[in-house]
Amino acid sequence: MRALTWHGKHDVRVDTVDDPEILNPRDAIIKITSTAICGSDLHLYDGYIPTMKAGDILGHEFMGEVVETGPGSTLKKGQRVVVPFTIACGSCYHCGKHQYSACDNGNPADNQDIGQEMYGQPMSGLFGYSHLTGGYAGGQAEYVRVPFSDVGPIVVPDGLTDEQVLFLSDILPTGWQAAENADIEPGDTVAVWGCGPVGLFAVQSAFLMGAHRVIAIDHFPHRLELAKRFGAETINFEESKTYEALMEMTGGIGPDAVIDAVGLEAHGFFVDNVVDQIKASLFLGTDRIHSIRQAIHACRKGGRVSMPAVYGGFVDKFPLGAFMEKGLTLKTGQTSVQHYMPALLNAIVEGQIDTTFLISHRMSLEDAPKGYKMFHDNQNEVTKIVLKPGAAADAAIPAG
Amino acid sequence: MAIMHDDAPPTTSKMKDIRDAGKEQLDPVANGSLIGRTVTINRPRAELFAYWADLINLPTFMDNVERIDMLSDTRSHWVVKAPAGKTVEWDAVITDKREGELIAWASTDDADVPNSGRIEFRDAGDRGTIVTATIAYDPPADIIGKVVAKLFQHEPAIQARRDLRRFKQLMETGEIATAAWTQKQLQEEKA
Repeated sequence: MRALTWHGKHDVRVDTVDDPEILNPRDAIIKITSTAICGSDLHLYDGYIPTMKAGDILGHEFMGEVVETGPGSTLKKGQRVVVPFTIACGSCYHCGKHQYSACDNGNPADNQDIGQEMYGQPMSGLFGYSHLTGGYAGGQAEYVRVPFSDVGPIVVPDGLTDEQVLFLSDILPTGWQAAENADIEPGDTVAVWGCGPVGLFAVQSAFLMGAHRVIAIDHFPHRLELAKRFGAETINFEESKTYEALMEMTGGIGPDAVIDAVGLEAHGFFVDNVVDQIKASLFLGTDRIHSIRQAIHACRKGGRVSMPAVYGGFVDKFPLGAFMEKGLTLKTGQTSVQHYMPALLNAIVEGQIDTTFLISHRMSLEDAPKGYKMFHDNQNEVTKIVLKPGAAADAAIPAG
Repeated sequence: MAIMHDDAPPTTSKMKDIRDAGKEQLDPVANGSLIGRTVTINRPRAELFAYWADLINLPTFMDNVERIDMLSDTRSHWVVKAPAGKTVEWDAVITDKREGELIAWASTDDADVPNSGRIEFRDAGDRGTIVTATIAYDPPADIIGKVVAKLFQHEPAIQARRDLRRFKQLMETGEIATAAWTQKQLQEEKA
């Protein structure tokens, strides 16, 4: 089959590799019909995530048709499914509590060592996202092996297009969980750093959860425009001073809840960020965290901090003092996709949430390396690239 | 004045005399290193005990154990993978067995890698069962670099942890997680 493989920093290629096979009873093989490049794939592309190996197949936002099932799978051939990016067994203690992204068993035993050493406890497996999270082959490919297929994939009702449901795999539940982690109360003002897909879905989710105002912060005009479309007020940090603007816009109080949807590759030439970039290049500190610092600084006393953004390593100059003195609460974590999928699918069917607005580009899987470069170089216009396996290189892909 | 010790298991002690006492409790004649690993498994105690008590099941999740033959109710023969496609073998006897609670073993005197251990099962309420493996092992100096490195994958504590994780996966999910995507890769992983 054809698959997008990682070979090093800014080096991804479409290679021909072996087709996946059923290996465990609960496996299914999915023929992928649509797959997307995620902002967090750019962290891999930029070489920020350790434990990548040459030849790793990327991709954790995908859906397709069931073509083969193991004896323990509940799926049937021919069903259309969206696959969660978190690999969860459904039977451990954490899955029992719907903490699917903390599943004890999704990550192969040998691969759990790194997480155990780095974080104290190993994390669940994820598709196509380094060996720290299992080393599973991802879905930017023609086919993928899906473990625990009786727990993860959700069957798509007839009449919905791929583009309407594809983002149930990661970014829609991630945006929703981000808003949920902000414990929004009616009348709240919520500030969201980063108007990428997760930030934009967090904006929509925050309003659905009763936020009175949402203030979206970014420096890409097009992305701010999208946030505005959903009713958010905007701050362009290249145009205005974020903290000062937030304080003035909230009557001198600060936002009740703040959401950092930017993460470890925060842009912008702030003094601390430049220091972080130098440190990152010297491996002194691995994460660049301007957005979370600023979010904590701006958050009102007793407020809530939600951090869907991906961080991997260690940081310094974390504003622990502000955090303690103001009595803030922080909630974060990889998304428990399986927990949110059914309700969000229903919200899509009911027309409460639309995700298709996000897609700016469609291309063949064969053109994925071009897509990565384009996404990396132009994040103003490129909001989401959907890849179609099986299409010829340079083919024009229609919406749907 | 008697020193009051903490409640931490002896396998985690920084003090040699406490670790030695732990070893002696495990096996009065044990030498060498003492390791301990605990995992919580979301299954009933009786079920986990039953699977483990049938020793021929163990190679399913102990990656480096090729085969276990039962010679009698209490005596077993272990065939363990060694470098260069070789194997090391030894006999072990069950030294203690309490239904649903505990199985203890020790290798016989002629073993290449003298080892003894204990696997304990305790109820953990709605979290299932706490399973603790405590192992003392004493590899002779001449093979320490080769056999033991392969047998325990460089560090026995890591190997024990991996084996327990696979046991947990098998019991909780009915299968052992792998990131391979072809049979060929899976076989290479297991080799």
